[in-house]
Amino acid sequence: MVGYQGAEGLTSAVTTASIERPAERPAGPRSDPAVIRKRLAGFGLLAPALVLMFMMLALPVVALVLMSFWTQSGFELDRSISLENYRQLVAPSDETTWWYGIPFPLAYPVPAILMLKSLAMSLVATIAVIAVSYPMAYFMAFRVTRHKALWIILITIPFWTSYLLRVFSWKIVLGFNGAINSGLKAMGLIEEPLEFLLYNPTAVVITLAHAWVAFAILPIYVSLEKIDRNLLEAASDLGDSRLKRFFRITLPLSAPGTIAASLLVFIPTVGDYVTPALVGGPGGTMIGSLVQDLFLKQNNAPLGAAVSIVMMLIIAVLVLLFLWAIGYGKLRARRS
Amino acid sequence: MLRRPDFLWVYAIVFIAFLYGPVLLMPLFSLNDGNFATFPLKGFTLRHYSSMAANTSMILALENSLKIAVVVSVVSTGLGIPAALALTRFRLPGSRSIVSFMMLPLVIPSIVMGVALLVIILKFLGIQLSLWTVAAGHILICLPYCMSVLMSRLEGFDPSLEEASRDLGCNAWQTFVRVTLPLAMPGVISSLLMGFIISFDEFVIAFFLTGTENTLPVYLYSQLRFPNKLPGTLALGSLILLVSAVLVVVAEIIRKRGVQSGNPGDL
Repeated sequence: MVGYQGAEGLTSAVTTASIERPAERPAGPRSDPAVIRKRLAGFGLLAPALVLMFMMLALPVVALVLMSFWTQSGFELDRSISLENYRQLVAPSDETTWWYGIPFPLAYPVPAILMLKSLAMSLVATIAVIAVSYPMAYFMAFRVTRHKALWIILITIPFWTSYLLRVFSWKIVLGFNGAINSGLKAMGLIEEPLEFLLYNPTAVVITLAHAWVAFAILPIYVSLEKIDRNLLEAASDLGDSRLKRFFRITLPLSAPGTIAASLLVFIPTVGDYVTPALVGGPGGTMIGSLVQDLFLKQNNAPLGAAVSIVMMLIIAVLVLLFLWAIGYGKLRARRS
Repeated sequence: MLRRPDFLWVYAIVFIAFLYGPVLLMPLFSLNDGNFATFPLKGFTLRHYSSMAANTSMILALENSLKIAVVVSVVSTGLGIPAALALTRFRLPGSRSIVSFMMLPLVIPSIVMGVALLVIILKFLGIQLSLWTVAAGHILICLPYCMSVLMSRLEGFDPSLEEASRDLGCNAWQTFVRVTLPLAMPGVISSLLMGFIISFDEFVIAFFLTGTENTLPVYLYSQLRFPNKLPGTLALGSLILLVSAVLVVVAEIIRKRGVQSGNPGDL
């Protein structure tokens, strides 16, 4: 089951990146020449992939950081190091821009507002995704006894099919001439198309939730599937009701997978720009839309680089704070 | 057959409908004899599909996407096999951190990877954007998936088979070719298929890194803006969905076969 195993990989990617377990004990004495030779061979096999990843992931990120210290004026790219782009992002102004009652006393408030908005939209989408996918994962882990592989394939197919098309399909559903509007009109329930369906933040959140839901089910399912069924029986034998048993055993033991799933949805959706571009309209733009715009339309790559870096830092800090707040390290330690 | 109505069963069916419903509207409207994606349906037609054959820019984009996807899936699997072997068969110090590093592309927003690659390619290396730069970006995002498929397959069978082969006089290479590779074959094939699908469907990185030539998703995106192109877009989208779904199912079946038979180590 590719999806299943993929989810394992995904889960470990998120969890080990933040909380490193104590290193495994070395296979033998360090001086043993056989061990050293074997390790060298191992690193030799690993080298091509690792070098490639380093060149294509680490170096470009360093280049992006470097570029964020350059400045662009018109068609001139000034390669001297300065903090101008970062200053621009936080430069204060006497004129305060208000957004949903929140004051932004900034000269260039767009990035700050879009950042906050993206975080809020992603958070809502992530909560929706977890709320919707947890029961489904629970169903697959505990209710499905036959044809389990079939259910997993059913969940996996959308996970692998074009993200672009999944997002686009919501434009067909919600559009001015879309399925809902034309369907309601054909049934005679409305005269004029409902305009509030598409091109707003709600449409973006619904679409994001739908597009990422398959991503979340698999990690949750894996963690539910791993739960020792004897524990559940023991809880029942000792007099727990089904509800009590769920809250005392199932939910805590599936927490690592659920947390991993929520991060797997939250982190990439903050930076998404396909969804806002297709169903967001002017009101549904997100921080990714700004990055794309700065790079490809406004020809201000250095500022775009600075916005991307700040976005990554804010996401990283929030994720670490979240993991720290819920005591994720302890949670994992208890499992193993 | 029907027991007492179970809330979770009802939920699961509603969920699957929610998951597939919007996407399945695409093939539905692509077969509809009308120029808008609207109800009521007007009648069955295949004309949106037959007119695709004459669309040369689409065919060109399709060819580009196929070329990239083949290169990407072969290269990522080729790099993934030795790396997965190293991480599963050799007890390397720091292997957990190495795995975490290699899985990073899964949790970084693709727009960040897209712009970072764009910056280094254009401003630091001075390379022209082309289909090759798209392929390079795709290898980066496919490698973690290929690695996890391959690693789980390699962990799935008994390493004592490989030890037996060495005890019987095979060297490391012979053991790999005669024992490890045949046993890992289901994983290798699904890694190839997964790499192919991911690259074939990928849009964001391709959008940033492509030069003058389009890949199919980039072409599709450019068509979405034109309402009069909608039926053709729906037809193309439906075909892409169909191909991806078939490939996923094939990949899963091959893997399952591999687990059930041909795996004496699993006993």
